[in-house]
Amino acid sequence: MAAQIFSAITVIIVGVGGCVAYFWGANKLVDIIFPSRGVAGAAAIDNLRRQGMIRPWLFVGPAMIILTIYLIYPVVETLRLSFLDRGGANFVGLANYEWAFGDREFRNAIFNNIIWLAVVPAACTFLGLIIAVLTDKIWWGTIAKSLIFLPLAISFVGASVIWKFIYEYRGAGQTQIGLLNAIIQYFGGQPQVWISLPFWNNFFLMIILIWIQTGFAMVILSSALRGIPEETLEAAVIDGANPFQIFWKIMVPQIWGTIAVVWTTITILVLKVFDIVLTMTNGQWNSQVLANLMFDWMFRGGGDFGRGATIAIIIMIAVIPIMIWNIRQANKETGGH
Amino acid sequence: MAVATGKSFASRFGVHIAVFTFVAIWTVPTLGILVSSLRDKDQIIASGWWNSFASSTQTEAGRLPPASAQVEKDGKFVLEGNIFGDDPARDINSFGVKSSAPTQYPAGTTADLGDGETLQLNADGSFVMTSTKPFEGERGQRVYYASSAPPKFTTDNYNTVLFSEGIGRSFMNSLTVTIPATVIPILIAAFAAYALAWMRFPGRALLIAVIIGLLVVPLQMSLIPLLKLYNGVGSFFGVPSKTYLGIWLAHTGFGLPFAIYLLRSYIAGLPREIMESARIDGASDFEIFVKIVLPLSFPVLASFAIFQFLWVWNDLLVAMVFLGTEGDQIVLTAKLNALLGSRGGDWEILTTSAFITIVVPLIVFFSLQRYFVRGLLAGSVKGG
Repeated sequence: MAAQIFSAITVIIVGVGGCVAYFWGANKLVDIIFPSRGVAGAAAIDNLRRQGMIRPWLFVGPAMIILTIYLIYPVVETLRLSFLDRGGANFVGLANYEWAFGDREFRNAIFNNIIWLAVVPAACTFLGLIIAVLTDKIWWGTIAKSLIFLPLAISFVGASVIWKFIYEYRGAGQTQIGLLNAIIQYFGGQPQVWISLPFWNNFFLMIILIWIQTGFAMVILSSALRGIPEETLEAAVIDGANPFQIFWKIMVPQIWGTIAVVWTTITILVLKVFDIVLTMTNGQWNSQVLANLMFDWMFRGGGDFGRGATIAIIIMIAVIPIMIWNIRQANKETGGH
Repeated sequence: MAVATGKSFASRFGVHIAVFTFVAIWTVPTLGILVSSLRDKDQIIASGWWNSFASSTQTEAGRLPPASAQVEKDGKFVLEGNIFGDDPARDINSFGVKSSAPTQYPAGTTADLGDGETLQLNADGSFVMTSTKPFEGERGQRVYYASSAPPKFTTDNYNTVLFSEGIGRSFMNSLTVTIPATVIPILIAAFAAYALAWMRFPGRALLIAVIIGLLVVPLQMSLIPLLKLYNGVGSFFGVPSKTYLGIWLAHTGFGLPFAIYLLRSYIAGLPREIMESARIDGASDFEIFVKIVLPLSFPVLASFAIFQFLWVWNDLLVAMVFLGTEGDQIVLTAKLNALLGSRGGDWEILTTSAFITIVVPLIVFFSLQRYFVRGLLAGSVKGG
């Protein structure tokens, strides 16, 4: 273990040192090859121009290389693999896609993903908005927000253990140590094995993600609400609007843009959700989702890269509209810069 | 945003109640595992954690000694002793001799069992059984009793989990993965962000668009090609394919789009005059970056560092694909996932391990919340 700590520290030093050395060294090299000081006028201007051409690429170079290896090449390669067989050797055309849409487990995953997409972003945004509005009205709002925000720091696996403990089941009549069943039993109901109830178990898994992400929505929306001009709210009050009218007709329309951002961010997260399903049910009892199914096929029976890649592509297709929208928004904003 | 609504006492009270309810729902689950991790492992399964400050009550059965232990006293046959043996850790509330009525008599009273037999069982477990006739038989009288134990808190679970379940080792592994994977991307991203914000070169707009596009590419797209690539590199050079270096670089790659995006939008917002006056003074881009941009960008660098730290520390997927599952490589999240499989019902192990897993992010989160929120706002609102 001491060796491990030592090697980690060495890597930090070597890594950071390497980065510094690269940027400093490359910069120096450009200065030496194309000197701009101490040479005659025309040559100096020429060299300055050359420096200006090269230097940006030195700065973005390392990032571009890493992005190419870790993100751009894999996107192309995954697309290619989705047309190949399990080992990636033979071309099989659309066979993997045909398999996917005929497979019961895959269709179950698609169905569940659609429910997740319909419920989680909406629930997080709605709860986040309500909490943001309410906490702004009370003196201990900051503390309340901090506590609701806290699960965002917890890993999905940790959150799964926390909620598995809440959902813990003991036979009827026994002492329940899971909070949910204890409450149900206290009010005279029957304890249930929540995570293996087909269909409804999806919702018990979704609660975990909603619990984690509501804080995110709350913080972003809270800051957007602060940006609403006081005058519009005061005018509404003078005109005799009630709190619900102020909320729905004055506040919400002014922060539509932010609501859309929160909604799409959580949507992307939902498409990638994997840890919660893996740790809670591993897709049993009809709770499968695409990301977990994809992970499963990467290793199932030695791994089927063709099918795994196909599922990844299907997740990607769902993300593309959001990606295009993002790029357009960003272009609009940076257009003037 | 001080809206003059809800002026009545009732509606203001309602807001307090509503917020309190939300806060309770959001904190109670975490509190549950913290409290449970500190409880005695027998008590965890005997009562809910919300009862952990009350004595836990349970009904058990015991047997008195056989007839051979009897003594004759004042013409009566007597059996004496303590039902707990030498370790009277619990208090008896009531007892009985029939399984249909296990709590028939309060502790300390003398029960008339009929046939000339009496039984007295005291709160501390000591008993006196008398009979007018000699006791017979190999097996002693069966006794049922409800006993309560005082709440017992212990740090034993932490000792067990840290040192014999391998969580301590995994904690070190998680640190080994997280720190370099947080530090390496910062510098690389900062240089790229500066170039994209303040240097003019062909293809800059396209590069920015590509990075914004990559922001949302699901990790799933990268896994299989990189797994193949790592396996290929491993077998070509005859080195293991699952290494710390591999996962550091993978996390760097996956974190870069966000890092560049976040830093670029901040650096682009720095005042133009500072850059230009430095340039007039003859400073090169490199000097401007190191001496002006880096120090001014500290808040955003801190924001990104916190994000990346939390993301890497909490990651399960990348660790499961690019690291081994043996003791020398398994990280906390993967270990916790493995424990859920192998120690499914042992809540003292699971709650304690889970708490150790989340304690570092919680500390980071609480101490640096300001930077975290700032990064969150800059990262999602500006560019959307």
